Amino acid sequence: MNEPVAPNSFRTGPDEQGMFGIFGGRFVAETLMPLILDLEKHWNAAKNDPAFDAELKHLATHYTGRPSPLYFAERLTEHLGGAKVYLKRDELNHTGSHKINNCLGQILLAKRMGKTRIIAETGAGQHGVAAATVAARFGLPCIVYMGATDVERQAPNVFRMKLLGAEVRPVTSGHGTLKDAMNEALRDWVTNVEDTYYLIGTAAGPHPYPELVRDFQCVIGKETREQMLAAEGRLPDMLVAALGGGSNAIGLFHPFLDEKDVAIVGVEAGGKGLQGEEHCASLAVGKPGVLHGNRTYLLQNEDGQIKDGHSISAGLDYPGIGPEHSWLKETGRAEYVAIQDQEALEAFQLLTRLEGIIPALEPSHALAEVMKRAPKMDKDRIIVVNLSGRGDKDIFSVAKHLGMDI
Amino acid sequence: MTDTTRIDRLFKILKAENRPALVTYFMGGDPDYETSLSVMKTLPRAGSDIIELGMPFSDPMADGPAIQAAGLRALKGGQTLARTLEMARAFREEDDHTPIVMMGYYNPIYIYGVERFLADAKAAGIDGLIIVDLPPEMDEELCLPALHAGINFIRLATPTTNDARLPKVLENTSGFVYYVSMTGITGSALPDTSKVSEAVARIKGHTDLPVCVGFGVKTASQARVIGAAADGVVVGTAIVNAVANVLGPDGQTTADPAEAVATLVRGLAEGVREARVAVE
Repeated sequence: MNEPVAPNSFRTGPDEQGMFGIFGGRFVAETLMPLILDLEKHWNAAKNDPAFDAELKHLATHYTGRPSPLYFAERLTEHLGGAKVYLKRDELNHTGSHKINNCLGQILLAKRMGKTRIIAETGAGQHGVAAATVAARFGLPCIVYMGATDVERQAPNVFRMKLLGAEVRPVTSGHGTLKDAMNEALRDWVTNVEDTYYLIGTAAGPHPYPELVRDFQCVIGKETREQMLAAEGRLPDMLVAALGGGSNAIGLFHPFLDEKDVAIVGVEAGGKGLQGEEHCASLAVGKPGVLHGNRTYLLQNEDGQIKDGHSISAGLDYPGIGPEHSWLKETGRAEYVAIQDQEALEAFQLLTRLEGIIPALEPSHALAEVMKRAPKMDKDRIIVVNLSGRGDKDIFSVAKHLGMDI
Repeated sequence: MTDTTRIDRLFKILKAENRPALVTYFMGGDPDYETSLSVMKTLPRAGSDIIELGMPFSDPMADGPAIQAAGLRALKGGQTLARTLEMARAFREEDDHTPIVMMGYYNPIYIYGVERFLADAKAAGIDGLIIVDLPPEMDEELCLPALHAGINFIRLATPTTNDARLPKVLENTSGFVYYVSMTGITGSALPDTSKVSEAVARIKGHTDLPVCVGFGVKTASQARVIGAAADGVVVGTAIVNAVANVLGPDGQTTADPAEAVATLVRGLAEGVREARVAVE
């Protein structure tokens, strides 16, 4: 918090209008505006309230299990033969991914605002599970909107949410994926403005969501910084993280944005290749547009209609991206690349065999990029990759892709 | 500010006649361009005073199932923003007085290009815009350029728009104020009508603009009740449903959509015309 702010700091956004350059903003129906302004007011009070911070820290320690380890992947490093690879192990968190960091922060905010009903959207179900978990922990009813297609392909997470007491509402509009679930959650919110808190799952949506989700996820980067200084006595040379909406990535990146010697690489889902339609690489091949309350890079056609993405990983299956990433791309501070389904599958298997860690398919994309870069880097260089989720949820779809029966 | 538009002129006339306006929404391009143009042409003949021309969008986050489905049918039928503008131009060839308000979401306009859109809309005879996802906080995007181009920017006020916020919502609003009589998505149930008249009175305390009320009006009797309190009654989902009801499973028409809409609108128009008579 006491770091000097350089005149050209990358860490001061968003501005008062919720903009990161031309990205972000508050593109919502009038019905929601008073709610969003109210949320902003409560958020500004909460983030300056030591009691709020103390409660969140307590839960992070005793409920989530933070700090998550920063683990030197010795055998992976040896195998790749170049830069040292560290894994930030947010997959060890309670509920199995980084999503819990954000959910705990937001449920405390909801409680503070006196809201009595939680709604959330989910793609792969990781955010849905985390939201259902904190709703159970705080005794609030929770409704999770999930695309009907995703409900089918993520059956174990659907069951988990139900066990946790949440109601899972399959969304059949559109193509029944994350984007449609988000539309439906927004429709619910417009209808139930009085009592409902929308617990959004990624660093996107109308201001102040991109900021507050980022701030709740920044625990990842802050810990990484301290742990790296303790382990190596210096900062890493490169950070790598996968992006769907981009919350785990911004959480790792943000505390390092003004460290100009730290290279930052975000990895999008390249699906079956960027030439066709079957990918989710909105930064690589999309263009700026307005969806779900913010301006950001979107996959869309020449008429401004939003396309459906494709990824082997349901968690990356979103045609947009958090607005701060769009801004980091435009300013050149971060580099964004795409990894294809097949490459992610290979990385998934490699980490499992070499380190005994089964990663989720989402961070497998980041690992695949590390597999490309580490061998070309000197052995005294250091890469940190955010292992944002564990792969237990993915074993069924991986088995299918590998042609195995379980 | 703006020159007098067809909307301003219409409300002057209606005020003299002491009756509210019937504002009808339909989805441009549903289920295809030609059918939809015939629906548009039938609206004023059946008694509609203002036409809201829906611009389809893939992700209509404030709309209920009926309008979502209509938008998807239109997109499937090849509708684009350029074709929606073309539809307005074609309509204007035979009707130069009925006000047309384009209604939809911002992204297709943003991608088309704001300046180019406003020039083409003006040339096509568009009088106003209702853009659901552009609140006053975002006025520099399209609202101010539209006003500059002489196109009304019509804002939605809702039950969540309290007295503290109303002045901000009304600041750059012109043409009329569209009061959404309930929170929720389009096509939901109609709320308590006494609350509606209270809300209209509250808004009128802040502006001289006409106040039209929508969301949930389906029948002539509802139109009559709402019309007693408001300067205009907006009907959308019921019209979209009238089109959907004469479409078969593959989208082919089983009866004439324009005739189905005309029957509905004639009833609504009667309701609106009886509104003030009924209370006096």
